[in-house]
Amino acid sequence: MHKSVAVDKVTSESLGITQNNLFRNNKRWSETIIKAVLTLAGIVSIFTTIGIVYELGKESLLFFSLPGVTLKEFLTGTVWQPVIGKFGVLPLVTSTMITSLFAMLVAIPLGLGAAIFLSEYAADKTRKVLKPILEILAGIPTVVYGYFALTFMTPLLRGIFGQENVEIYNMLSAGLVMGIMILPLISSMSEDALHAVPRSLRDAALGLGATKLETSIQVVFPAALSGIISAVILGISRAVGETMIVAIAAGSGPNFTFNPLKAAETMTGYIARISGGDLSYDTPDYNSIFAIGLLLFLVTLVLNMISRHISRKYREVYE
Amino acid sequence: MTNQTDKQWAIETQDLDIYYSDFRAVKNVSLKIEPKKITSIIGPSGCGKSTVLRSFNRMNDFIPGSRVTGGIFFQGQNIYDPRIDPVQVRQRIGMVFQKPNPFPKSIYENVAWGARINNYKENLNDLVEECLVKSALWGEVKDLLQRPALSLSGGQQQRLCIARALAVKPEIILMDEPCSALDPIATLKIEDLMRELSAQYTIIIVTHNMQQAGRASDFTAYFTMDTDRAGSMIEYGVTSQVFTNPTHKSTEDYISGRFG
Amino acid sequence: MKNPLNLVSTTTYGRDLNLEQRQKKATIWKALFRLSTLVGVVALAILIISIVNQAFGLVAIEDTNDRNDFISTSIKEVTKTELIQLIETNLSTNRVRTLDREEPLVERSRHDLMALVETEVFKQRIVDSYSLFGSIFTPNTFRDQVAKKHPEAIVEFKSWFTPQFLQESMSKTPELAGIRTALFGSLFLILITISVAFPLGVSAAIYLEEYARQNTWLSRVIQTNIDNLAGVPSIIYGILGLTIFVRAFEPITSGRLFGYEGANGRTILAAGLTMALLILPILITNAQEAIRAVPNSLRQASYGLGATQWQTIWYHVLPYALPGILTGTILAISRALGETAPLIIVGAATYITKDPSGLFSNFTAIPIQIYNWTTRPQQEFRNIAAVAILVLMFMLLSMNAVAILWRNKIQNKR
Repeated sequence: MHKSVAVDKVTSESLGITQNNLFRNNKRWSETIIKAVLTLAGIVSIFTTIGIVYELGKESLLFFSLPGVTLKEFLTGTVWQPVIGKFGVLPLVTSTMITSLFAMLVAIPLGLGAAIFLSEYAADKTRKVLKPILEILAGIPTVVYGYFALTFMTPLLRGIFGQENVEIYNMLSAGLVMGIMILPLISSMSEDALHAVPRSLRDAALGLGATKLETSIQVVFPAALSGIISAVILGISRAVGETMIVAIAAGSGPNFTFNPLKAAETMTGYIARISGGDLSYDTPDYNSIFAIGLLLFLVTLVLNMISRHISRKYREVYE
Repeated sequence: MTNQTDKQWAIETQDLDIYYSDFRAVKNVSLKIEPKKITSIIGPSGCGKSTVLRSFNRMNDFIPGSRVTGGIFFQGQNIYDPRIDPVQVRQRIGMVFQKPNPFPKSIYENVAWGARINNYKENLNDLVEECLVKSALWGEVKDLLQRPALSLSGGQQQRLCIARALAVKPEIILMDEPCSALDPIATLKIEDLMRELSAQYTIIIVTHNMQQAGRASDFTAYFTMDTDRAGSMIEYGVTSQVFTNPTHKSTEDYISGRFG
Repeated sequence: MKNPLNLVSTTTYGRDLNLEQRQKKATIWKALFRLSTLVGVVALAILIISIVNQAFGLVAIEDTNDRNDFISTSIKEVTKTELIQLIETNLSTNRVRTLDREEPLVERSRHDLMALVETEVFKQRIVDSYSLFGSIFTPNTFRDQVAKKHPEAIVEFKSWFTPQFLQESMSKTPELAGIRTALFGSLFLILITISVAFPLGVSAAIYLEEYARQNTWLSRVIQTNIDNLAGVPSIIYGILGLTIFVRAFEPITSGRLFGYEGANGRTILAAGLTMALLILPILITNAQEAIRAVPNSLRQASYGLGATQWQTIWYHVLPYALPGILTGTILAISRALGETAPLIIVGAATYITKDPSGLFSNFTAIPIQIYNWTTRPQQEFRNIAAVAILVLMFMLLSMNAVAILWRNKIQNKR
C-alpha cells in the first residue's frame, strides 16, 4: 500500500498534475461506497430466499397450529376438504406425481433422442435450423401450453379413448403437454453434455470398428451421463412446479385417484385456484396454500440442488 | 475393380487424392506398404501425413466434405468400394491416436469393449490378459483391472490404447503421432513395443520426430507440401536409405533439420 | 446396403462380426432419434396451427332485435338517408351525439352506416363459431348445425383478430372484448420490472464477477443462492409477492402512504416488484456471462494506466459487456411477459376496463386475460383467447428476434 502511494506521487509530479491527499482519499472513499452498493445488490437475492423461507415457514406454522390440523394427517391423509376440516395433502401430491410422470414419459425419451440426433448425427446445417426451433418451444409461455392442452390435446384424447372415459379436465392431457414443454429443456441441456464429450473418444470407438450407434450409446452417452441426469432431474423439478398447464387442463378440486383420465387438482393448481379467487386472509384456506407452497419449495429445491451437484461433477471430468 | 492389385502388400494406394470439399489436401500418392514391418510417414506440418493415415481406415469419413479418388487396397480390395462397410475396415485396420484417449471406463472395459461389440465369442478375460501382455502393460495393471483407465499415467494410457486396438484383432495398426504427448521414457517404451508388435502386425506410424522414424521404422515415406498446398509423397524407401542417402534435396533438407 | 462385400481374410481368425444385424440396428435407432427431434418440431407446428385454427372461422350471427321491426326490405336496398334516420330514431340521443362527434353521420360512407345499423340497431350477436379448418373443409356441418339451433342466424366468415380487438377493453360479450387494458397492463408491468431488476441485477453481476473474484464466503453464498433461486417455481414467487408486497408493504404498494386512495396492495407496483424478484436470478446469470466474456487484457490495460477498479469497470468492462447484458435482459423480460401464475396470486384483476394510470392502479395483463378467457365455457371466448395468444407470441417473438439480431450484429463487428 505504502509503496504504491509513493509511486503515485512520483508519477503525478512528473506529469505535472497537482494532486493533494484529500482528493485521493475521496477517490478511495467513493470506491468503497461503490463496492458496498454492489455488494448490497448481491445480497438482495439472499433476502429473497430468506423472505420465501420465512413467509412460507411462518404461515405454515399458523396452518399447523389450527385446531384439527396435524403434520401427520397433512402428510398421510387422503382427503383434502378444508370445509369439513380434512387436510390430507396426498390427493394433491399424487396428481402432481401423475402429471409429472406423464410429462417425463414424453420428455425423457424424446428429449434424449433429439439430443443424440442433434449432437451425434445431424449435419451442422440441420442442427443450425432445428436447435432454434426447439428453443422457440422452450420460450412459449406456459399459459399458451395450457390453452393447447385444453383445446387440442383433450379433444384428441377424448376422440381416442372415448368421451365417456376421458373427463373434460384430466391429468393425462396436462401431463402430455407438459412433456412437450419440458422436451426442449432436456434436449438442449443433454445436447450440451454430449457435445462436451471430446471428439477423441468418438474416434477411439469408431477406430475399433464400432458402428455410429454403438459409439453414441455405449461410449458418448455414458461419458455425458451426469450432465444428462442433471438435465432430467431439472426437468422433473420443472414439471412439479409447473402451474398454468395443470390449472387450466387438469381440473379443479382435489381428487384422490390414480386414473390419469380423471380430473384431479395438483399442488400448484390448488394454490393458484385458492389465491386467485377473492380469498380472505387468515382463513384455513389461506394458510393451507403456504403449507403446500413450503412442500413444493422443498421438493423443487432438493431436486435442483441434486441436479447442480451432479452436473458440477461432470464438468470436473473434462475441464 | 477388386483383385487388380498384388495381394502381397498390406496396403497399396494408387493415385490417391484426398479432398476436403474443393480443397485438395493430398495428391497422387502411390504407396505400397510392406506387411509386418514398421513404416513411418514423415514430413513438415500440413503436408497431409495424418490425412493419408486416416484414409487407410476410413476415419476421414467423419469429416464433412471429405472424399477420396484413386484407390486404397487392402488385401486386394478397394476399401472405398461402396459395397464395403467402413465399420469392417476399421476392425481390420486399427488406430492409435495422437493423445491417449481411453474411455472413461475401467481398464478391463477399455480392452474388452471393442471385442464385445465385434461379437467376440471366446473368453474375454483371456483376451484382455493377452492384449495387455502384448502391450507390455500387464505387469503394471494386472491387479488394477477394475480401476478407471483415466487414473493411469499418460504413457500407460497410450499403451492401454494399443492393447485396446489389439483386442479387436486387426492386421494393421495405424499410429498417428502416438508419442507426441508423452515424455521421453514413455516414448521409448512405446517404440520398443512397436518393434515387438511388428512381428505380428503391420504398423504405419506418422511422426514428427525424426529420430523416432530413424530408430524405429523399417521403411520411411517423406511427404511435403506442393505449391498448391496439396501434400504429396516425395520419397519412399528403406529407412536407412532415406536417412543416409536421400534422392531428393528437399528430403535431405528436412531430415537434416534445415526446414520443417 | 445392397450386396455387402466382405473383406476376405488371409489369416485364420475370420470371425463373424455380425455386421449386418448391427448396421440394421444402427439404421433403426438413427431413424428413431431423428423422429424424436421431428416430434418437437411437429409439436410446435401443431401448437401454432391449433391456435390459428381458433382465431379465424365461420360464425353464426343473429339479431337480438328482429330487423323486420325496423325495415321491410333487405338492408342493402335501404338508402343512406333512411339509414341515418334509423340510427337517429333508435339510438339514445347521447349515443347519436357521440357518433356524430367522431365523424358526422352524413359524411359517413354507406358501408359504415350499414355496419352501425347492424350492430347498434339490430344488435347482432355471434351465437356460434367454428374452427378455421372446419370452416374450410366441412362448412356444411356447421351450417346444418346452425340451421337447426338458430334458424334465424346468418353464417359468415370472421377473423377474430380485428383492429378493434387491440383498441377495446374488456367486455362480457366476446366479439366486443379487446385487450387494450391488458396490453397496457403488460407493458407497464414490464417497465416496472425492468427498472427495478436491471440496475439490481447488473450491480449484483458486477459484484460477483469483478469484486468477488477472491471467492469470499459471502460471494459463494450469494452465487449458490442465485443458482437455487433460478429453479424455484414461479408460483412460489407469487406467494412471496402476496405476503411481502401485497400484505406487508401494503401502505406503500397501495399508495396510501403517498396519499392515494388505494383499496389494497394488489396493484401493478406489487406485481412489478414480484416479477423483478422472479427474473433477477436469470438476469444476474446472463449479465455474469456477458461480463465474464470481457477479455482480461482489457482490464489489465486499464489498471496499467493507473485507473481504479471502478474506473476500469465503468469505462472498459461495462461498455464491452453491455450488448451481452442487454440481450440477456431482453430474454429475461420475455420470460416476465409470459408469466401468469405469480400474477394470479398477487391478484391481477380479471375484469377491468380502466387502463393502468399509475403505480397504484389495479391492472390486468395479457397472460391473465388468456387464462381467464380460456377457462370460460363459451367457445367464443376461446376464439378471442387464441387471438390474445397470437398477440402475445408476436410480442415475444419480435423481442427475441431483436435480441438475436442484435447479438449477431455485435458479434460480427468484433
